[in-house]
Amino acid sequence: MNLSVLFDTPGPRGRVRNHLLTAVSVLVVGGIAYWVYLGFDAKGQFEGKIWEPFLDPYTWQTWILPGLAGTLRAAALAAVLALAFGAIFGLARLSDHAWIRIPAGLVVEVFRAIPLLLLIFFIFYLAPTVMGGGDYAFMAVVLGLTLYNGSVLAEVVRAGVLSVPKGQAEAAYAVGMRKNQVMRLVLLPQAVTAMMPAIVSQLVVLLKDTALGYIIAYVDLLNTGFKILPAVFFGSLIPAAIVIGIIYVGLNMALSYLAHWLERRSRRSRKTAAPPVAPPGAEAIGLRSGGGLDSTD
Amino acid sequence: MDELIKYAPVLAEGFLENVKLSLVAAVASLILGTILVGMRVSPTPVLRAAATVYVNVVRNTPLTLVLAFSALGLSDQLGLVFSQEPSVNSFWIVAMGLSFYTASFVCEALRAGINTVPLGQAEAARSIGLSFFQSLRLIILPQAFRAVIAPLGSVMIAMIKNTTVATAGGYLADAAATMKEVFDTTGASIPIFIGIVIAFMALTMPIGYFTGWLSRRLAVAR
Repeated sequence: MNLSVLFDTPGPRGRVRNHLLTAVSVLVVGGIAYWVYLGFDAKGQFEGKIWEPFLDPYTWQTWILPGLAGTLRAAALAAVLALAFGAIFGLARLSDHAWIRIPAGLVVEVFRAIPLLLLIFFIFYLAPTVMGGGDYAFMAVVLGLTLYNGSVLAEVVRAGVLSVPKGQAEAAYAVGMRKNQVMRLVLLPQAVTAMMPAIVSQLVVLLKDTALGYIIAYVDLLNTGFKILPAVFFGSLIPAAIVIGIIYVGLNMALSYLAHWLERRSRRSRKTAAPPVAPPGAEAIGLRSGGGLDSTD
Repeated sequence: MDELIKYAPVLAEGFLENVKLSLVAAVASLILGTILVGMRVSPTPVLRAAATVYVNVVRNTPLTLVLAFSALGLSDQLGLVFSQEPSVNSFWIVAMGLSFYTASFVCEALRAGINTVPLGQAEAARSIGLSFFQSLRLIILPQAFRAVIAPLGSVMIAMIKNTTVATAGGYLADAAATMKEVFDTTGASIPIFIGIVIAFMALTMPIGYFTGWLSRRLAVAR
């Protein structure tokens, strides 16, 4: 049984060596885990007292769930706005008119290059001067996420439309369709299928980035779970980090799994002539050519 | 405009901290990411599983949580201290958190790169008797690196932008924290914001172009 082409199916000596390596690595990984455990234990992080709050429904109702709601509210609104922003600017960048194409391209490139936290800070401080006093944390987070992720999604939309084979548009023009009919009836429906995985991956990034709201004191999961909760239940900082970490990782992994599933589906889809668009930004790795040395995928 | 000129030295000092953080995190995350990808394709199931769990957990955790946990949890509660000087200590705490976070993205990029290396390369390496470690080091990784120079550039650009989150790890000397402090006295100032953004773009855009150029130049001809 060969799992990977990177190494041979081991013979008798190889098997012994692999078992030895496995044993050693179990010891090393287990050793690190035990060392962390000892460190936590020495500081009393496994005392029932500091974990108790997390078994109490009151804790969840008062802090964790409202925080989660804050995170999801910001993420949902920002996702909708970013999708709209991305669709508009992505299509604007494909326009035949230079006076639309160039400004749209400039906006997309600039907002993609600005560190998101700086953008959020700027909006947070600018809003009161423009619109008078009030709490603009929510607005700053949503607007910042929209502008940044919208710009990334605009690139996805553009790549999606461009990934539809040229023959499709040519055929559509040949049967007498107008420019907007070609886009609306032929290119976009095919592009959307190809774009779906990349869009969902970007939504994972968006959901993760809502945590930046913590820095401007927006009431999100990180804020209620990691700042307020440990302040109420003294000493429960590490348990709090572990609990909200699990919530974040669970949410994001569910979304990532959805993206993966969509990608597999669109890869074998016959509704589109376009290959799936690579996820943008940090995850911009669309290099899945023939090869396939890695068995774990 | 006057505000920008008045506060430029302070802001430049803050920005320099971002550059320093980027340099440390770039080196550390590339090394750690390479080790992780080696583990992920290794013949030892335990190492494979450990690296997979690490990458999936860290990649799906918000950086803000990673840094806040590094500072409040690891450093304050569990006593991980790099230096007695608080500001030096939090610099290294943030650099560590950022490196651990970025390493998971480097690992994913490299894994995609390994996927682009044709089967025949690995088979040929095995057939001339190279061991797993030798074929990884001499045949697979060099080709994988060349295939993912541009994506690695994107990872590094994202990492540079992420240095602004240092505030969450209690390091209050970087450009974002400095800008916030200046805004506290001046109110939102558009020239200051644009100035810092341009500084960041001056850092990230050449990396984008350079890695793009390098990846075309070093592309493996097949």
